Amino acid sequence: MVSEVQKNTSAILRVERLSMKFGGLIAINDLNFEAKRGAITALIGPNGAGKTTVFNCITGFYKPTEGMLTLTRQNGEEYLLERMADFVITKKAKVARTFQNIRLFSGLTVLENLLVAQHNPLMLSSGFTVLGLLGFPTYRKAAADAIEKARFWLEKINLVDRADDPAGDLPYGAQRRLEIARAMCTEPELLCLDEPAAGLNARESAELNKLLLDIRAETGTSILLIEHDMSVVMEISDHVVVLEYGTKISDGTPDMVKNDPKVIAAYLGVEDEEVVELIEQAEAAGVDDITAAVDLLSTEALHEIVEAHPEAEPVELIPAAAIAEVASSKARSARKPVAKKTQPTATAAAIKAGSTSNALAGPRGGKPDKLILIKGIGPVNERKLNEHGIFHFDQIAAWKKADVIAAETYLAFDGRIAREDWIAQAKKLAKESQVKPAPKKTGGAK
Amino acid sequence: MEYFIQQSINGLTLGSIYGLIAIGYTMVYGIIGMINFAHGDVFMLGAFMAMIVFLALATFIGGVPVVLALLLMMIVAMLLTGLWSWTIERLAYRPLRGSFRLAPLITAIGMSIALSNFVQVTQGPRNKPIPPLVNGGITIYGTSITIAYKQMVIIIVTAILLAAFWYLVNKTTLGRAQRSCEQDRKMAALLGVDVDRTISMTFVMGAMLAAVAGTLYLMFYGVISFTDGFVPGVKAFTAAVLGGIGSLPGAVVGGLLIGLIEALWSAYFSIDYKDVAAFSILAIVLIFLPSGILGRPEVEKV
Amino acid sequence: MKPIVDIEPKESDSVFAKALKEGLIAGALALGLFCLIVGFRTDQNIRNELILTQRWGLLTIFVLVAAVARFVITYTAPWREERKKTKRVVEAKEPSAFRKSFPKIGLALLFVYPFLVITILALSQWYFTGQWSYQSGVQGSLKYVDNFGIQILIYVMLAWGLNIVVGLAGLLDLGYVAFYAVGAYSYALLSTHFGFSFWLLLPMAGIFAATWGVILGFPVLRLRGDYLAIVTLAFGEIIRLILINWTAVTKGTFGISGIAKATLFGIPFVPGPNGFAALLGLPNSGVYYKIFLYYLILLLALLTAWVTIRLRRMPIGRAWEALREDEIACRSLGINTTTTKLTAFATGAMFGGFAGSFFAARQGFVSPESFVFLESAIILAMVVLGGMGSLVGIAIAAAVMIGGTELLRELEFLKRVFGNDFTPELYRMLLFGLAMIVVMVWKPRGFVGSREPSAFLHKRKVVSGEFTKEGHG
Repeated sequence: MVSEVQKNTSAILRVERLSMKFGGLIAINDLNFEAKRGAITALIGPNGAGKTTVFNCITGFYKPTEGMLTLTRQNGEEYLLERMADFVITKKAKVARTFQNIRLFSGLTVLENLLVAQHNPLMLSSGFTVLGLLGFPTYRKAAADAIEKARFWLEKINLVDRADDPAGDLPYGAQRRLEIARAMCTEPELLCLDEPAAGLNARESAELNKLLLDIRAETGTSILLIEHDMSVVMEISDHVVVLEYGTKISDGTPDMVKNDPKVIAAYLGVEDEEVVELIEQAEAAGVDDITAAVDLLSTEALHEIVEAHPEAEPVELIPAAAIAEVASSKARSARKPVAKKTQPTATAAAIKAGSTSNALAGPRGGKPDKLILIKGIGPVNERKLNEHGIFHFDQIAAWKKADVIAAETYLAFDGRIAREDWIAQAKKLAKESQVKPAPKKTGGAK
Repeated sequence: MEYFIQQSINGLTLGSIYGLIAIGYTMVYGIIGMINFAHGDVFMLGAFMAMIVFLALATFIGGVPVVLALLLMMIVAMLLTGLWSWTIERLAYRPLRGSFRLAPLITAIGMSIALSNFVQVTQGPRNKPIPPLVNGGITIYGTSITIAYKQMVIIIVTAILLAAFWYLVNKTTLGRAQRSCEQDRKMAALLGVDVDRTISMTFVMGAMLAAVAGTLYLMFYGVISFTDGFVPGVKAFTAAVLGGIGSLPGAVVGGLLIGLIEALWSAYFSIDYKDVAAFSILAIVLIFLPSGILGRPEVEKV
Repeated sequence: MKPIVDIEPKESDSVFAKALKEGLIAGALALGLFCLIVGFRTDQNIRNELILTQRWGLLTIFVLVAAVARFVITYTAPWREERKKTKRVVEAKEPSAFRKSFPKIGLALLFVYPFLVITILALSQWYFTGQWSYQSGVQGSLKYVDNFGIQILIYVMLAWGLNIVVGLAGLLDLGYVAFYAVGAYSYALLSTHFGFSFWLLLPMAGIFAATWGVILGFPVLRLRGDYLAIVTLAFGEIIRLILINWTAVTKGTFGISGIAKATLFGIPFVPGPNGFAALLGLPNSGVYYKIFLYYLILLLALLTAWVTIRLRRMPIGRAWEALREDEIACRSLGINTTTTKLTAFATGAMFGGFAGSFFAARQGFVSPESFVFLESAIILAMVVLGGMGSLVGIAIAAAVMIGGTELLRELEFLKRVFGNDFTPELYRMLLFGLAMIVVMVWKPRGFVGSREPSAFLHKRKVVSGEFTKEGHG
C-alpha cells in the first residue's frame, strides 16, 4: 500500500469528505481535516456533534458511508482506514484508541491488561502458540520483554504498585490512565483518546496533561483526542477541530478557535427547547429505550442541521452565508423577531424541489407567523419549514395530502403531521390570527 | 396442491402448540434475559395435569360432555401449572436474580432434569395413553382436504388465547408493568412497579399458556410421557429464537414456521430428518438475520 | 437515652407466629402443587387403559414435609443469621495451607487410586475373612476403578475441554457433546472399517472434532449471547439426529458394537498367551484393562489441564479471557476476535474428540443414546458449578456430581428402609437435578469463584469473582 505520491508528509491522518449516515440520519457530513504527525489534535464540539462517530470511523468500528481516511505511517506506508477491519487498523496501521466509557478487562489484572495489548507481537514470538506451548526460549524471552514493557508503562502512569490487582478494582482516574497505557502498549503511531479527562478532578486532569505531553515527547506518537475539558484542550493541543452537528465549523490553533464567533455560537447558542423537541422526535420515531433515544437525539440533531444548511458544505468559502448563519443562530438564541428578516436572504435560494405546492419565497409582509404555536412544531422545524417556504398558518391549513408527504420528507417525520393534526391546528390558528394580528401574538410570546 | 394444503393445515396445528409454548420462553427471556430451560418440562407437567383431570372426571363422574371436560382440563392444568411455575421461579430463579448470568441457566437445566424425573418417579416411566377426546372432522367440499375437529379446536383455542394474551400485555396495568420491566428493571422499580411480582406473573402467564399447549398436545396425540417435555420444549425455544427472542408476535410466527417446516419437510422429504430441517433452518436464519425474524437488532455500542 | 421502640420481648413471639403462618402457606402451596401429580397415580391395566390410584397418604406426607420444613426454616432464620455473622469472622482467619496444596495432594491420590482401592479391598477382605488375597482385591476393584474412576475422569476431561470455550473465552456452548460424538464415532467407524489402531485414531479423532468445531463455529461466531447458545444446541441435536437416522453408516439407534480395544504399546488386553496378563504372568482378569484405561484417561485429562494452564499464559489464552471480558476492547487492541473465538472452539472441540475416542475404546460400543443434550447440560453444569475457569473447582464438581449419582446406585440398604420396591436408581436423576439447583443457589459463582492471574509483577493474587465477567457469547 505504499503510495506513489505523498501529498503531505507532515500529516499522519487525512480525513477527506468523510460522511456517515445511519439510515436517513446524517451523523457526519463531508468532514475534512488533517492531523499532523507528532502533534496533539483535539476534536471538540457540543454533545452529539459526531466526534465519537469520527473516532469510530477512524478505528474501523463503523464503516463510513463516504469519504477517505488516509493514514501515513512513519515509514511512508499509506493505509486507507475505511477499507480495513477494526483490528487490522490497530495491527497494521498502528492506530490505537480508548473509549468514552472505559473498556478495561476488569477481571484481568492491571498487568494482564497491558499484556493483552501486546497480543500480536507475542503471537508471532510464540509461533502462533505452537512454539510457546512446546516451551521454546524465543517465547520465554518475548514474554519477559512484554512484562518489562508493561512495567515501563505502569511506571509512567504510576500504577506499578497495583500491577497485580484486578483492573476493575482501580479508582476511576487510574482506570482512565490504564486505558491509555494499554493503548500505548500496542505501539501506536496515532493514539485516539475519547474524552480521556472525563470524570477526572483538577489534579488528575493536570496529571493527564503531563502524561499526554510525555507520551508525545518520548515516543513521538501523534495524538487525536476528543475532549470537553477546555483546560486540557487549550493547554496541550497544537491544533483544534470544532465539529457541530457533523460538520466542521472551525479548524486552527487553540487561540484561533477560542475566538471564532461560530464556535462561541455553537457552544452558547443551543436552546433547551431544541433538545425537548428532539426527544419528542425520538419518541415519534418509535424509540422507546431511553438510551437509544439519546443516541438518536444526537444523530437526529445532526440530521436536522445538515438538512437545514445544505449550503454549509465549504463554510469558509462563502463568508457571507456563514456570517448570515451565525447571525441567524445568534438571533435565534436571543429570540428576536427581527432575525426573521435575515432568513429569506439566507434561505430563499435553498427552497428545495421537494417543497410543498404553496411555498412562498418569503413571508408575506416580511412577518412570518409563529409556527411553533402549532403543537408538534418546535424552533428547529419552524426553521426548516421557513426554509421550504412555509411561513404562515394558512399555508399549512391549505396543505393537501401530497404536501403533507413532501413536508414529512424534509422534516423526516412519518405520519406525525396527520397524527398531531397540524392542519386542523393551523386552520384554527389562522382563523385566530385573522381576528388578532400575528405580530401581537409574537410580541405577547416575548 | 391438495396435499400441500393438507400438510400446511397439519403444520399450522403443530405450530400453534409450539407458538403457545414459545411465548413462555420469549416472555421470560424478554423480562429477565434468561433461557428458562425448565419451560418444556412445565409444558409436560401441564399435559400430565390435564391427563389426570381427564381420568378423574372419567373415574368419578363418568359421562361429562367433551367440551366441558376439555375446558375443565385446561383450567385446572392452567391453574396448577401456573402455581408450579410460580414456585419454581420463587425457589430456583429468584435467589439468583442479579447474580452471574449463567447461574440461573444452570438452575433451569437442573429444574428441567428434576421436573421430568419427578414426574417419572410419581407417575411411572410408561407412556400414558388416553382415549381420543374429539373425533371426526370435516372434508372441504370438492377436495380431499380434511380438517379434523381436534385441529380446529387447537387453532381456535390458540387464536382466542393469543387475543386474550395480546390484550393482557398491551392494555392492562400488568402488561404495562411487564413491558416496563423489560426495558429497564431498575427504573421500573424506582417508578413503583413491583418488579418481583411482575416477573412472577410473567412466569405464571407463560406456564398457563404452556399448560394449555400441553392439554392440546394431549388431546391431539392422545398420549403423554415424562420425556415429552424436551423435544417440544427445544422446538418451541427454537421457534422463539427464530421469531426473534423477546418478541411476542415473533414467538407465534416462529412457532407456526417451525410447525410448517416440520410438516412440509416430513411430507415431501423424509420424516426422519424433520427435526434436522427445523434446526438447520434456525441456524441458517440466525446466520443471516442474527436477531431473528421479528427481533429488534442488537446495536453494538462502542 | 431511652429506647424508642421496645421490640425485644415481642421478637420471639412474632417469629413463631410468622413461622407458623409461613408454614401453613407452604403447606397449602404444596397441597396445590402435589394434589394431582402425587395424590393420584396413573397406571395401565391389562387392557392398556389408564386407571387412577389414589395416594392421599403420600400427599399428606408431602404437604406436611413442606409445611414443617418452611416452619423450621423461618423459625430458625434469626438464629442462623446470627451464626453466620460470627462464622464469617472465623473463616477469615482460616489458613489456606490445605487449599494451596490441594491440587498436589489430589493429583497424587489420583495416581495411586487403583492400587489404593485394591489394597483397601484386600485389607477389608482379610479383616472379615482372615484370608489375604490380593487377587480378590483386584477383582473387587473393577467397579470402583471403572464406575467411579474412569467415569468421573471422562467427565473431568470433557468439562475441562468445555471450560476453554465457556470458562475462558466466555462463549456459551450448549452442544459440546456433538464433538464428543464426533470423536467417538470417528474412532468407532475408522477402527471397525479400516482396523486402525487406537493410538493412530486418538489424535485423528481430536483433529476431526476440531475441524468440526471450526466448521460449526465459523458461521455462528458472529452471533452473540443466547443466540450462540441455541445454535450450538441445534448443532448438537443435528449431529445426534444424523447419527440416529443415517443408518447405512452409523447403524442408527443400534449403535456400533465390537469396537477394538486400546492396546498398551501393541500389547493387547486379551486373555491368551499374547495378552497383557499373560506377559506379566498375572492371572487373567478384565481389571487390568480397566486400570490401564484409568491411567490413560488420567493422562488425557492431565494433558487437557496442562494445555489449558500453558495456554492461559500464552497470548492466545489471554486473548480468550480478554474476549470474555470485553470483545470491543479486544478488537481495539488489534486482536482478531474471529480467529480467537475459532481457536477456542476448536481447542475445546479437540479435547471433546479425544474424550470421545477414549469413550468408544472403553465401551467397545457407541450409540446416539450417549450423546443427548442432557450430557451437554451436565458438562456445562460442571463448568459453572466448579467455577468458570478454575480447573480444580471443575474437577471437584465433576467428581461430586458423577460420583454422587454413581454412589446412589450403591445404596442397597435403602431397600431395607423403604421396602423392596424401592429402587434408588430411579431417584438418581431427580436428586441430581435438585442438587444442581441447591448448589447453584448456594454458590452462584461455583465452588471456586476466584481467578488465578496468568502473570504477575510482584505477587500472585487471586482475582475475586466479582470482577470477572462471564462473556456475551
